[in-house]
Amino acid sequence: MSPSPASIPPAPADAGAPLYLERNYLNARRGPWSWLTTLDHKRIGVMYLVLTSAALFLGGLFAMLLRIELLTPGPTIMSALSYNRTFTLHGVVMIFLFMIPAIPGIFGNFFLPLMIGARDVAFPRLNLLSVYLYLAGAAIALYGMVHGGADTGWTFYTPYSTTTVTMVWPILLGAFVLGMGSIVTGLNFIVTIHTLRAPGIGFMRMPLFVWALYATSIIQVLATPVLGITLLLVAVENVFGFGIFDPARGGDPVLFQHMFWFYSHPAVYIMILPAMGAITEVLSAFARKNTFGYKAVAFSSLGIAFVGFFTWGHHLFTSGQSTVDAGIFGVLSMFVGIFTAIKIFNWTATLYRGSIAVRTPFIYVIAFLFFLLFGGMTGIALATVALDVHWQDTYFVVAHFHFIMVGGTIAGFLAALTYWWPKMFGKRYSERWGIVGATLIFLGFNFTFIPQFLLGNEGMPRRYYSYPERFWPLNVASTAGASVLALGFLVVLASLLLSLKYGKPAGPNPWGSRGYEWKTLSPPPEGNFLTQPTYPRMPHDYDDLNPGRGGH
Amino acid sequence: MNELMRRMLFLPEQGSAYAQQVDRLHYFVITMTMVGFAGVAATVLWFVIRYRRRAEGEPTPTVEPRPIHEVLFVGGPLALFLLWFAIGYPLFVRLQTPPRDAMDVYVMGKKWMWKFAYPGGPNDMDDLHVPAGRPVRLLITSRDVIHSFYLPAFRLKQDALPGRYTETWFQADKPGRYEIFCAEYCGLGHSAMLGTLVVMEPEKFDAWMTEARRSPVVAAAQDTPDAAASPIATLAQQGRTLAVEYGCVKCHSVDGTRHIGPSWLDLYLRKEPLEGGGTVVADEGYLTESMMDPRAKVVKGFDPVMPTFQGRIPGPEVAAIVEFIKTLRTDAVHPAPTPGRAYEPVPGFDPTRSR
Repeated sequence: MSPSPASIPPAPADAGAPLYLERNYLNARRGPWSWLTTLDHKRIGVMYLVLTSAALFLGGLFAMLLRIELLTPGPTIMSALSYNRTFTLHGVVMIFLFMIPAIPGIFGNFFLPLMIGARDVAFPRLNLLSVYLYLAGAAIALYGMVHGGADTGWTFYTPYSTTTVTMVWPILLGAFVLGMGSIVTGLNFIVTIHTLRAPGIGFMRMPLFVWALYATSIIQVLATPVLGITLLLVAVENVFGFGIFDPARGGDPVLFQHMFWFYSHPAVYIMILPAMGAITEVLSAFARKNTFGYKAVAFSSLGIAFVGFFTWGHHLFTSGQSTVDAGIFGVLSMFVGIFTAIKIFNWTATLYRGSIAVRTPFIYVIAFLFFLLFGGMTGIALATVALDVHWQDTYFVVAHFHFIMVGGTIAGFLAALTYWWPKMFGKRYSERWGIVGATLIFLGFNFTFIPQFLLGNEGMPRRYYSYPERFWPLNVASTAGASVLALGFLVVLASLLLSLKYGKPAGPNPWGSRGYEWKTLSPPPEGNFLTQPTYPRMPHDYDDLNPGRGGH
Repeated sequence: MNELMRRMLFLPEQGSAYAQQVDRLHYFVITMTMVGFAGVAATVLWFVIRYRRRAEGEPTPTVEPRPIHEVLFVGGPLALFLLWFAIGYPLFVRLQTPPRDAMDVYVMGKKWMWKFAYPGGPNDMDDLHVPAGRPVRLLITSRDVIHSFYLPAFRLKQDALPGRYTETWFQADKPGRYEIFCAEYCGLGHSAMLGTLVVMEPEKFDAWMTEARRSPVVAAAQDTPDAAASPIATLAQQGRTLAVEYGCVKCHSVDGTRHIGPSWLDLYLRKEPLEGGGTVVADEGYLTESMMDPRAKVVKGFDPVMPTFQGRIPGPEVAAIVEFIKTLRTDAVHPAPTPGRAYEPVPGFDPTRSR
């Protein structure tokens, strides 16, 4: 295929391409109806961006309310019931409306076809359906929040959740519907990756973000049905009074924990794997370097997806599970840590002999490495079993999973967002304010959650409305940190929104990235490419002096 | 060193030798984490400075790992993690296996308080009195939702499950008062479900126990509304009354004679073969399970005819019956398992159908 102005060949290259493609996917069709009925994966990605960002700020608002309540040992701004409802909502909104759908929904939808040279995903209508399932699930859950507001925590442990007087079923049903959307997205991605790769993109030449999405989709398709079953069983028990989990009716309360964590532990990898994939892309782009150990990074994603299914019992070390089970689940949990360690070392080695530019997305990469390393190591410490007995259900565990989920996933999300923003919208944001926002988030995050590790050491259980006074100083520190964190998010939001109006045109490839998704214009045209790009080299092959070495 | 690390990490005081050992693992783990973190951070920082971008569009060489790199990336952390596990898991196993001579206390969580019952009486609310220097085994259950019995100073936590007994143990070093928390979210009063562990000198504890058995005030806190149970009766005495009331003794003899169910005499801690293979030790957990889910593990030679008492016997009464069974001991050595039932089944008659 002969090079055309639309396909951006490497090096000086984009000379002929326009800085801002005037007729692009955003304005090719007009009016709200064109958005509501769109089958364009890019527009669906943008809709996910708007929806999940709204969820992020709603969940963040709940988090701030919780932190303000915990500013003093006694009641501060709300009653115990409101507090219990607020932390339930914080968990439900953050996990089901943001963490799980965000990165696959936004960047998976937008960039998966661009990265494999396809014009759309395999099932565009299913893709649109997933947005509507998300909306429906969110609406049902929102209804539940306004009317009755469950107070069970996002884990819905029985028999509490089946005997509480607050209304639980709308949130369960909402999570169920959201799970359907998650399955549909996963299925769509798996088929897309298998069938729509452009000539030249073999499995071992796929961008590593695509590998991460592939692993994530497998978990989504295999694990989410178990969540659906579990939630239905709870709803059936709650509404009709069947004895499944409630011991007073002949059920088994711990059965719920097994079923719940059989989904919810792999779900942690649904949340973190796409972030790992995005980080791999961003790291390569800003180090101008091929990813060290492509195969190791790709297969460790699959390894995490596989082993992640066999570690759920580490949530039950103090639940009266047998001692042998605890040992087995402890060792298996460490294997998940190994796969993460492989990634961390390979990312670090990627920097070796690179050409590193410290821009906003790269600051998030550094933050991500820090959070993942700390969150991961504390996870291994928890898997030693004996230490978990002290830390289980305390703020130590809260801090641990916030390091992975908030630290890891949100740093990955923001790295992806700031890296791909120019491609998605064709505009540059202010680099200065981008760095300010990233720094505030990094510092605020540490000031929020490092005190929580210490609170857990000190013995403060989670979900505490009031607490003994010796926990006071660290709680104040944590709330202060949360304020900085919130400010950081507002700065990021403002700088990105302002860039839409005032930002300079980005050009097709402002970062000089060799990722496959940059081989089109910014913003991309409706059909993704004006002419089909070719893929003669590995993604992120910057070795122009020795171009033959990139192929595997 | 211990004191410095403990304070730096905000850990509560150490109430037992076990807590000290857990903390030692904690220090080791946190030190290794910091060393590993410093290594990675220093490497990243060095690379970012050394290989900073000097000109736009610089080509960079393709660097690929040799197998030894990936082997090191996997082997290094794996060895470290397994070392942690090799230290941590035996500690956990120790926590799961109470010594034989431990003193028993029954713990029941309910919204939102802790109740403690001593086999020899009395019952107590929120304050758990134990002697220093003696192992104490806790048999924990819940009356409503799941709670979790948490003693931060002893690095100890065990969930309280409705309809089941879980166990854990500790041995306090010295007299003192320690906080008890509920660690599993249980509703409005979750953070107010506090208790105190009062560790006493052994002599003072014995004196306290003697006094408490006589005091009707403490005994009034007990959960059984049953008028037949005298307020000063021990758990085992109450258990004897309850075993008659619930009709347990219609099928279980207390003197070793064969009957419809296994005799209770010398049943406690006996190794029983099961229908369908396997054996079970008749400890508190098994005895409770047999009341709640009698068909789960049927002793070989018996029919699954016992009805469930799930939801029919409250937690403290289960404890009383178990305590009663535990008192039924002789000095005889019982190498043989329980002989089978005392009747021949009528062909074609299924006793489970008639219920």
